[in-house]
Amino acid sequence: MVDLSVTNLCLAYGRKTVLEDVSLPAFAPGSMIGLLGPNGVGKSTLLRSLAGLESYRGDIRLDGEALRDLSHARRAGRIGYLPQTLPQGTSLAAYEAVISAYRAVRPDLPKAEIEAAVEDVFDLLGIRDIAFQALNKMSGGQRQMVGLAQVIVRRPAILLLDEPTSALDLRWQLNVLMVVRRIVEAQGGLCLMALHDINLALRHCDRIALFSDGRLLACGPAGQAMTSETLRQAYGVVGRVEQCSTGTPFVVTDGIASPADLAGTG
Amino acid sequence: MKHNETTGPTDGPASQTLAVRYKRFMLRRLCWLGLLLAALVVTIVVNVMSGPAGLSLGLVLRGLVDPASLSTALHVIIWDVRLPFAAMAVIVGACLGLAGGEMQTVLNNPLASPSTLGVMYAATLGASLAIVFDLATPLSIPENYIVPVCAFVGALASILLIQALSGMYGATADTVILFGIAMVFALQALISLIQFVADSNSLQQIVFWTMGSIARATWEKVAIVAVVFAVCLPLSVRQVWKMTALRGGEEYAKSFGLSVDRLRLMVLLRVSILTAVAVAFTGVIGFVGLVGPHISRMAFGEDHRFYLPGSALAGAFILSGASVVSKSLVSGIMIPDGIVTALIGIPLFLALLMTQKRGR
Repeated sequence: MVDLSVTNLCLAYGRKTVLEDVSLPAFAPGSMIGLLGPNGVGKSTLLRSLAGLESYRGDIRLDGEALRDLSHARRAGRIGYLPQTLPQGTSLAAYEAVISAYRAVRPDLPKAEIEAAVEDVFDLLGIRDIAFQALNKMSGGQRQMVGLAQVIVRRPAILLLDEPTSALDLRWQLNVLMVVRRIVEAQGGLCLMALHDINLALRHCDRIALFSDGRLLACGPAGQAMTSETLRQAYGVVGRVEQCSTGTPFVVTDGIASPADLAGTG
Repeated sequence: MKHNETTGPTDGPASQTLAVRYKRFMLRRLCWLGLLLAALVVTIVVNVMSGPAGLSLGLVLRGLVDPASLSTALHVIIWDVRLPFAAMAVIVGACLGLAGGEMQTVLNNPLASPSTLGVMYAATLGASLAIVFDLATPLSIPENYIVPVCAFVGALASILLIQALSGMYGATADTVILFGIAMVFALQALISLIQFVADSNSLQQIVFWTMGSIARATWEKVAIVAVVFAVCLPLSVRQVWKMTALRGGEEYAKSFGLSVDRLRLMVLLRVSILTAVAVAFTGVIGFVGLVGPHISRMAFGEDHRFYLPGSALAGAFILSGASVVSKSLVSGIMIPDGIVTALIGIPLFLALLMTQKRGR
């Protein structure tokens, strides 16, 4: 079980404000939260802040402890962050990339335990056949899977995934989201992931946090947070939120909002 | 996932665990390391055999195993002249190879080498000052050691300056490389200035020093370099997993909880000390630290448990081989090793690269 709280989070790069007074509600353990919003709205910055890689104002607490007071090692033990970029194309084999990611931060663990965890993650993600393939000989999607394996091999309680499916085909997108769901539910953890595919987020996430101009515009269950109104405000797009036969909401876009449409949202 | 090409064990049954399959893969790499070590031993023996007075293999082996059986003259040739040279080539090559390997990793740049941050130029500046201003007497340092001591002090000063600047302005790879480039230009200008004011005799000494040669080796100097290498190697080994993880990308390494800037500063300090002590006794030998790691990467990949020892061995092999060639090209003349490593090594390296490219 994990308890994450984010209160009045502010962050600026120089004079440019990226996140402004962002507070997130408490999420139930085992939840998947989709961070949505247009480019440059602060989704990745929020994830980097939660991973402890940015200096911020405000308060982030993990199980009651201020995040900035946690050591690198303790933070890394609890939080797993998948960057937006793919792992570098080097001659490292996937197996070497994953095992080194674990052993570098947990030299205290027995070798057998680490090897078993690595074995497990390759099986879980279904990428055993590329275990000894070099990263520089892989497709973008394969490298993204290796990056994900590096993160989840430690089984952190909180997963922060920045566009984890951006380089994957449809089947692998579903595979990744199902695996992440299984891990998060089994551990009573949390997964916050930035996504650009709105319908993928609506389908797979328990909560949606929609951002606009560095602020949290709406946060809640998919059908409540994503409406035609919030869609127009956040993305400047005219569209409808409908329900499929299984009751899952999905977005149908009609076009880009005109200045008159946007003025109406004021 | 769709399968493209493998670098590792593809022949193992799918039922075997990945760890077992990887162990077989590592065994193959260990064999390659063993072969490289054997090749290095061969160059050492050939190095002792070659010189103005050519010695047979049997005589050299007997001299190494049973020194008491040698005549006084042969004992001096083998144990006081050729072996210190051969040992110096090996240990300096190993220092530069290891330094280059670590440098390329922490700066995430395959063009990085021990000279990237200007350490070699700083050593040259120190050596030039010692030669031109004849600092042995005022500093009360033996004549034999004044140049290495000043070269080392110069190199150390440049390391500390880079470390201080990087500490103040952030130790990202780009920042460190930019500081290094600025340092190189500044040091080159200062060296030129000293050469400009130097008399012809001093100028000749400086130029010879910058060509790099192991001909100044003695057992004492070999021991000093070997001790520094012996201290640095275990420290490098302790960080092999962190450096391997760093090869997946800096952003990823940070996300795992690695303090990348701190790791970089520690490695740079170690690399700089290795380089400083090596070039202090030999002069500038620039090629080994660039190519040794490339050869190691081609042979052993980037698991740093193999890559770093491989870089050290490849560096030792290159300089030991160059030392043999430097004595053999023109009878009775020992061409500076810095020249030979570049002249012989670069075409060899290009050939290796092209062979690898064709193999893909």
